[in-house]
Amino acid sequence: MNFYGVKAIYNFEMSRMRRTLMQSVLSPVISTCLYFVVFGSAIGSRMGDIDNIAYGAYIIPGLVMLSLLMQSISNASFGIYMPKFSGTIYEVLSAPVSYVEVVLGYVGAAATKSVILGLIILATARLFVDYSILHPFWMLSFLILTAVTFSLFGFIIGIWADGFEKLQIVPMMIVTPLTFLGGTFYSIDMLPEIWQTISLFNPVVYLISGFRWAFYGVSDVHIGISVGMTLLFLFACMAGIWWIFRTGYRLRT
Amino acid sequence: MQPDISVKNLNKIYEGGFQALKNINLEINRGEIFALLGPNGAGKTTMISIICGIANMTSGEVRAGGYDIIRDYRKARSTIGLVPQELNTDSFETVWNAVSFSRGLFGKAPKPAHIEKVLRDLSLWDKRNNRIMTLSGGMKRRLMIAKALSHEPRILFLDEPTAGVDVELRRDMWEMVRKLREDGVTIILTTHYIEEAEEMADRIGVIRQGEIILVEEKSQLMSKLGKKELRLQLQNKLDEVPSELLTEPVELSEDGYELIYTFDSQQEQAGVARLLRTLGDIGVDYRDLRTRESSLEDIFVGLVHEQATKG
Repeated sequence: MNFYGVKAIYNFEMSRMRRTLMQSVLSPVISTCLYFVVFGSAIGSRMGDIDNIAYGAYIIPGLVMLSLLMQSISNASFGIYMPKFSGTIYEVLSAPVSYVEVVLGYVGAAATKSVILGLIILATARLFVDYSILHPFWMLSFLILTAVTFSLFGFIIGIWADGFEKLQIVPMMIVTPLTFLGGTFYSIDMLPEIWQTISLFNPVVYLISGFRWAFYGVSDVHIGISVGMTLLFLFACMAGIWWIFRTGYRLRT
Repeated sequence: MQPDISVKNLNKIYEGGFQALKNINLEINRGEIFALLGPNGAGKTTMISIICGIANMTSGEVRAGGYDIIRDYRKARSTIGLVPQELNTDSFETVWNAVSFSRGLFGKAPKPAHIEKVLRDLSLWDKRNNRIMTLSGGMKRRLMIAKALSHEPRILFLDEPTAGVDVELRRDMWEMVRKLREDGVTIILTTHYIEEAEEMADRIGVIRQGEIILVEEKSQLMSKLGKKELRLQLQNKLDEVPSELLTEPVELSEDGYELIYTFDSQQEQAGVARLLRTLGDIGVDYRDLRTRESSLEDIFVGLVHEQATKG
C-alpha cells in the first residue's frame, strides 16, 4: 500500500478546497440557507405539518441531501477532470499507485469536503429552523455513505467528461430534478398512486427517506430498503471504476 | 550487468489501427546517457509513455530497473522519473508543494533536505514559495525536472527537455544532466536538437516511423557514418568538373568557383593528396581550401532520408 501516495493526493485535493473556499463551501451554504429562509421560515409557517413534523424542519434532510449530492459529484468530478484537462494526470498515471489508492485519495477528499459541508449546512439551518436528530449515529452514517457513493459517481463523471459542459450536465440535468422530485419538499405519500409508483424508480427517494428517518423516525420507505439501495448504488459505482481502470478508459491510450 | 531499461518486441497499435511502434527492441545500460532521435511523430513519446505507465502497450515486454512494468509496476515505476514534453503544471500550487506532492505520490516519506537540494541545484530555491503560474517558461521546465527528481529515481526520462529554452539555460541543463550521470542516474533523452545528443549522449538510437533503425555508440556512429568534406576555392571559374576528376567524388558548386570533395573520414587519406596532385597536373589553381567533418545532424538527416527513400 502506497500510503504516502494516497496522502499526497488527498492533501492536494484538500488544499484545492481551501483555495476555493468561496465556491466550494460558502456558495452552497448560502443557497441552501435561502431555501430555509423562504420555505422554512417564510412560507413554512403557513404550511401544514407533514407526519407531525413542522414543514420547515421536514425539508431539512432533503435540502442537506441536495447539497451533499451536488457537491460530492462536483468535488470529485472536478478533482479528477482538472488534471486530465491540464495534463498533470501524467504524474498520477506514472506513479507507483494502484487504482484503489488513486480512488481513495480523490474520492476520500471529495467525500470529506461534502461531509464537512453537510455538517456546516445542518449547523446553519439551526439558525432558521428548529429541528431535532433522533438517531445521530444513523444520520452521520447516512451522510458519510451518501457522500462516498456520490463522490465515486462524480469520479466516474470526471473521467467520462471530455469538456466542462459534460461536467455540469449530470448534476444539473439529472441529479437536481431527481432530488426535487425525490421528496425533498413533500412526502411521496401525498402524491397520486401512479406517481408514488413512478417515484420508487428515483434512487434519490431512498436517500432522502432514509436520511429523514435518521432525523425524525418517519420515512416513505423502510429504512432497510433505503440503506440497501444506497449500498447497491455504491457497489455499482465501484464496479464502474474497476472497469475504468482495468481498461484504461479515457485515462490511458 | 542487466540493463536498466529493457524493451522486447514492443508493439503499439492505436484504436484507429495506426501502428505507432513496430517490434521495438532496445536495451539501455545502467548509468549511460542515451539519446533517442527521430523526426516528429516517429514514436519517441509513445515509447516513453509506455515505459512510464502512461500508455498501454499492445504487445511486448518492458522492464525498468529490472522489474516488469506491468507485473511489478510499483517497483518499476519507483525507479523512474519522467519529465514530459509538455509543461503541465498545477498553476495554483507553490513550487515547494508541487515538488513535495510528487515525492509523496511516488511513495517516499517526506525528506525536506532532498527537496531543498533539488530546488537549489535547479536554481528554484528562491522561488519555492511562489505559485507556479508566476514562473517563467524556463523555470517551469526546471520545476518539471525537480518534480521528476523528487523521489530520487535511478532512471530519468527527459522528453525534449530543452524545447523552448534559451541557450544559457540549455547549457545549465546539460551540466545538470552530466552531474546526475555522475551520481549514477541513467538518462534517456529525446531531442530535436541534434547538437544536444552530440554534446551529451553516450549512445544514440534513431527511431523512424515506429521502428528503431539504428542504435550505436555516439563515437562509433560519428566515425562510421561521418563524412569529411574538402572545399577548394578556385582562382578561376569552371564550367564543369574536369574530366580527369570524374572518377572521384567531386562536385562543382553552382557558381563554379568551388570544388567539393566528399570522403569517408575512415578511408585512408591518400585521396586528398591524389586530388590535389591531379589539380596541379591539369593546371587548376585554387586560393583557399578548408575541410569540414559532418555533424551528427548531417548523419541523422542522411539516415532518415535514406530510410525514407528505401521505404
